[in-house]
Order: sequence, then C-alpha cells, then structure tokens
Amino acid sequence: MAAKKKITLNRRNVVSRIVRDRGHVLIVTGLGSTTWDAAAAGDHPNNFYLWGGMGGAAVTGLGLARAQPGRRVIVLTGDGEMLMGIGSLATIGVAAPPNLAICVIDNQRYGETGMQETHTGHGVDLAAMAAGAGFAHTETVWTKKDVESAIPHLYETEGPVFVDIKVNTDYVPMVLPMRDGTAIRSRFREAVLGDRAFD
Amino acid sequence: MAATKKKTTAKWPAQIFKTLKDADIGQISYVPDAGHADLIKACLADNRIKTTRLTTEEEGIALALGAWLGGERSALLMQSSGVGNCINMLSIIQETRSPLLMLVTMRGEWGEFNPWQIPMGQGTAKALEDAGVIVYHVEVADELPETVYAASQIAFNSYRPVAVLIGQRVIGFKDWRK
Ligand SMILES: Cc1ncc(C[n+]2csc(CCOP(=O)(O)OP(=O)(O)O)c2C)c(N)n1
Ligand SMILES: [Mg+2]
Repeated sequence: MAAKKKITLNRRNVVSRIVRDRGHVLIVTGLGSTTWDAAAAGDHPNNFYLWGGMGGAAVTGLGLARAQPGRRVIVLTGDGEMLMGIGSLATIGVAAPPNLAICVIDNQRYGETGMQETHTGHGVDLAAMAAGAGFAHTETVWTKKDVESAIPHLYETEGPVFVDIKVNTDYVPMVLPMRDGTAIRSRFREAVLGDRAFD
Repeated sequence: MAATKKKTTAKWPAQIFKTLKDADIGQISYVPDAGHADLIKACLADNRIKTTRLTTEEEGIALALGAWLGGERSALLMQSSGVGNCINMLSIIQETRSPLLMLVTMRGEWGEFNPWQIPMGQGTAKALEDAGVIVYHVEVADELPETVYAASQIAFNSYRPVAVLIGQRVIGFKDWRK
C-alpha cells in the first residue's frame, strides 16, 4: 500500500478561497463544521445552512438545482455527512443535474462529535464512488495548487461535479451562523425568488 | 407457488396524476411500490414533470426541501415501509416549516400476507404523526383525488408536511393461494 499522503490544507482557508468567487452561486452546507466554515467565510443570503438532517445535504442541493436550472448550486459538506447519504451519489448520478457540484471538506473525521475517524481515512474513496455513480467530473484534492484548479470545476464544469478536498484537523474557532430554520429558509427563498418567496 | 395479483384497472392512479398536475407539482421523487406503479409510469411519461429515482426514501424529504427552496412544488411517493426511513430527515421540514407532500401506499394493514410488513405498516400513521406530519388515511378509492388535492393545498399554503396514506384496501392485496 502506498504511504499515506500528508494532509496540509486548512479547512477555513479552503472554504474561504472557494466562496471568494461565489457571485450568484447558491450554497447549501451540511450539518456541522461546513456550516461553521461557511459562516466564517462570510454570511450570505444565498447560503442555506443545514443544522440537522445528517445525510441530506447533497440531495437538498439536487432538489434546488432541479428547481433552479439557471443557477449554479454548490453543496459544501463533511465526509461523515456525505457517507450517511452515500446512496444520494447514485440518485444524483442518474438525475445528472448539469448545474450541481458537491464539495466534500474531508477531514477523515467526525469533527463535530469528537474527531472519531470516518471511513475515508481507511481506504474509502468518495470521489471514486461518485465516479462510479456517473458524476461527470470527480477529483480528490490534496494541495493548494489543486484547490485552484478544482475551483473552475466547482463553478463551471457541466455537472454533476464531485470534489473531495482533504483537510487537516487543526483547531479552528467555532463561528455560528443564524440557526432558526424558518429564518434561514425565508431569507434564502427571498434571495432566490424575490416576492414569490411569500406566495 | 405463483403469487397472482388482482389485475388493477383502477382509475385512481390517473386521477391522482391529474390532481398533482392541477396542484402545480413540478417534481416527483420515488422509491417504487407496486401500488404506485401506474402513477410512477404516468409521471415518467410526462416530460414537464421532473422525476427523481431515489435510493432511499429519506432522500426524498431533503429533495423536497431543496425543490421548494428553489420555488418548485414536489411530491414524494413511497410504500409504508419507507416511512421508517424518513423520520430524522423529517426534522428539516419541521424546523424550516416547509411544505412536504407524501403519497404513501400502505402495506401491513388490510389482508396482508407477509408478516414482515406488519410492524412498519401498523406503525406508519403513528410514526408520521409523532414526527409532526399531518396524516390523511384513505380507505375508499373515490375519496383519493379530493384528499390528495386537499393535502396539497394544506401542505403548500400552510407550509407543513402532509401525508396521504393510500389504504391497502384501496390498492387490493395479493391473494397468495391463487
Ligand atoms: C442522524 C445523526 N447521526 C449522528 C449525528 C451526530 N453528528 C453530528 S455532526 C456528526 C459528524 C459530522 O461529520 P462530518 O460530516 O465529517 O463533519 P466534520 O468532520 O466537518 O465536522 C455527527 C456524527 C447527527 N447529528 N445526526
Ligand atoms: Mg469530517
């Protein structure tokens, strides 16, 4: 077996770098650390923060992408969250939304619950699973340089796109966005739909 | 033993399909059940309805939230067993007070042959109610279209999860002796 590659990327730097180019993109975050990462990178009405529903982030993105075919949708979620909804890779592969990208911030841990190891540190390759499910573009990212080359795929490549970014387990401070689900959905819908949000 | 199924020439699947169109449903997701076979076929044949085949029913809950966030109404089709797969995911609908329309074909209740269907079938309505879902249980085919329409209205106008349970009595059960 090949020696384990060293993981150097910091999750906050990665997420901040990704959302810097956000433009009109809609972002769904999975419960736990990716929600805090997105908040740390700057709150935005086009962010939909999940604080629950573990395993549901990718498919929330699918429903949104199908309803808004003219908008790019990026799902930012954790490896544990993605593993719990692993079947959704098959669902998304078949639905084949051209405007959807899934980006897993993969620390190979269940960070929120005490840093227990997930399957991804034990040989499970999420990008390969996404490729097997028929995603149009898949890759695993280990370096800063690869983050740069992955960003155009997240934003522009015809989807579904899957990018797994390996990040380290360095301490990052907790940054909490709004947490009232009704407020999050109303703000998001108004940003996306304007007055129609309140029909 | 060849299990024969009473050949259904029921009108209700087509009626429900029309009701869903009237209610402006733009997306359908499903895990198949024999009871939903005709309705699924009708949805797949309509190129203005986006269909999503799910690997597990809870995906459909998250999908419905995403669709509605993007301004599109959807409906989720499943068998009663699938309700058991949905419970935690229903919390995202509840917490965001978002609409959800579920059409659930029942097993494990009327004339069921398979004992393994009983635990979930007998618990379906209660599990949904405990998870905060408004439940309509329909035992008479003629009442289905109107109930589905009413359910769609309460779901999308009051932003709440609603399930229509389509009774096994309506669907007809397998007579395993034939
Ligand atoms: C259904 C369910 N099971 C377990 C939990 C507990 N839980 C909350 S966050 C989390 C780990 C998330 O891990 P990951 O998605 O990898 O996020 P990160 O490592 O970035 O924190 C778990 C297990 C939960 N919230 N819901
Ligand atoms: Mg993790």
